[in-house]
Amino acid sequence: MIFTRRETLVLSAGAATAAFLPMQVNAAADDAIAAFTGGAEVTDGGVDLVAPEIAENGNTVPIEVSAEGAASIMLIASGNPTPGVATFNFGKLAGAHTASTRIRLAGTQDVVAIAKMADGSFKRASANVKVTIGGCGG
Amino acid sequence: MAKLNITTAVATLALLGGTLGASADENAKLVINGDIEMVTRTKAPDHVPFDEIRSGWTFRTEETQVLQMDDFDNPGMIFVDQAIDNWNTVEGSEGKSCASCHQDAESSMQGVRAVYPKWNETAGEVRTLAMQVNDCRENQMGAKPYKYDGGDMAAMEALISVQSRGMPVNVAIDGPVSETWEQGKEIYYTRYGQLELSCANCHEDNYDNMIRADHLSQGQINGFPTYRLKNAKLNTAHARFKGCVRDTRAETFSAGSPEFVALELYVASRGNGLSVEGPSVRN
Amino acid sequence: MADNVKPRVKVPRSASAGESVLLKTLISHPMESGQRKDSDGNPIPRSIINRFTCDFNGENVIDATLEPAVSTNPFIEFEAVVPEAGEFVFTWYDDDGSVYTDTKAIAVS
Repeated sequence: MIFTRRETLVLSAGAATAAFLPMQVNAAADDAIAAFTGGAEVTDGGVDLVAPEIAENGNTVPIEVSAEGAASIMLIASGNPTPGVATFNFGKLAGAHTASTRIRLAGTQDVVAIAKMADGSFKRASANVKVTIGGCGG
Repeated sequence: MAKLNITTAVATLALLGGTLGASADENAKLVINGDIEMVTRTKAPDHVPFDEIRSGWTFRTEETQVLQMDDFDNPGMIFVDQAIDNWNTVEGSEGKSCASCHQDAESSMQGVRAVYPKWNETAGEVRTLAMQVNDCRENQMGAKPYKYDGGDMAAMEALISVQSRGMPVNVAIDGPVSETWEQGKEIYYTRYGQLELSCANCHEDNYDNMIRADHLSQGQINGFPTYRLKNAKLNTAHARFKGCVRDTRAETFSAGSPEFVALELYVASRGNGLSVEGPSVRN
Repeated sequence: MADNVKPRVKVPRSASAGESVLLKTLISHPMESGQRKDSDGNPIPRSIINRFTCDFNGENVIDATLEPAVSTNPFIEFEAVVPEAGEFVFTWYDDDGSVYTDTKAIAVS
């Protein structure tokens, strides 16, 4: 593949932006997580997060999350302007502690699920979702 | 690249998008509610220069495909519910609703979507489904016409389409419609806009290639109206035509214009043999 | 109240006592995020469904907080245990104060 000078410039500008952006957005996501956990330690595992590797359109991305024994699960889109997505609180009659929904992702990013377990501990899972750009913007 | 006769603009876009492309399960079978079997690939009609015609569904990723396989997962169906309310609502000076003449859409509208656009002998014109709906509203109900490609029309088209799901598209191309059909064909192969692209440049010469990150389809309209994940609403065929022509950087024809009516007839006929899918789900 | 808000829910007709069943819900709603601008450049105010709950015979199944990142026409799927015959009550809370509800009965075989 041969790039023209202009294409190369555009691509490197994009790479530069991509390198700087996540720092800001992750800070907002970290704040949201801290508010949910109260700063408690969060360990990996014990949460299943199912998301497409490549979303055909970022406006409607199917997501499924489950955590056996969780009291509640919070979903975070770390790269969105406001990272909060949804928090599912499971009641006494919840079956499997699972929920599916469809969400908006502003771009390629990590989607994070934090589960608050019945014993007060926190577990997490994350999934990287690539958000593609449509054909001609049509 | 499998196909050689490509325009420079499309070739560049396709190359740039090639590495990112989401892959579709092209051999998946579309069965709705575990019950209605859809023909998504079939032998092309004689007037279409393909071996096989394919529903747009076969070009989508698995996540998008699944949304159309169950009526509850298909968000387009909420608009069918809304249209049922409208179907039964009395509007206009004549004190009638759709149901006053057509009773239950489930039986009266069966097979209707599959044969439109079609010739109307009394009016002496080719009519799309939307034109027919508005003719009923204005001349039978004495009500205001729906906006040609607006939400109420898209929902009504979806309600009518649902009654023909699984039936093969079977649009007549000869007899009194032949002149309009030829006009539609002419438009299909005419390059428009600053990018000088015809419908055929993308949907005939380059289907199955990537246009940036998008998997180009054959541009079939058997699934219209279609719920697009992009704008989270039902989209009519003419709204989609407008989007495509606009993207060639041209002044577009308007929804319901004679040009788009002719184009709809021609494009619909290219899908003769595929199942009526509306409301489908696309990206 | 947003225009044309229409809830849909899918609940099995019957279950055996103590069985966990799959429930699906969808409501037509624009979920205006508050991030967009109109054609004159003015911000379009946020207007979303901010909370969804499901109860069965007065006992809670799920209570969800929704943010603007949930897609237009919000879809939520989850599971509920059915201890006895009864009625599911589904409730959606709109930013503008509107509350939409739907109910579905389930038999125990």
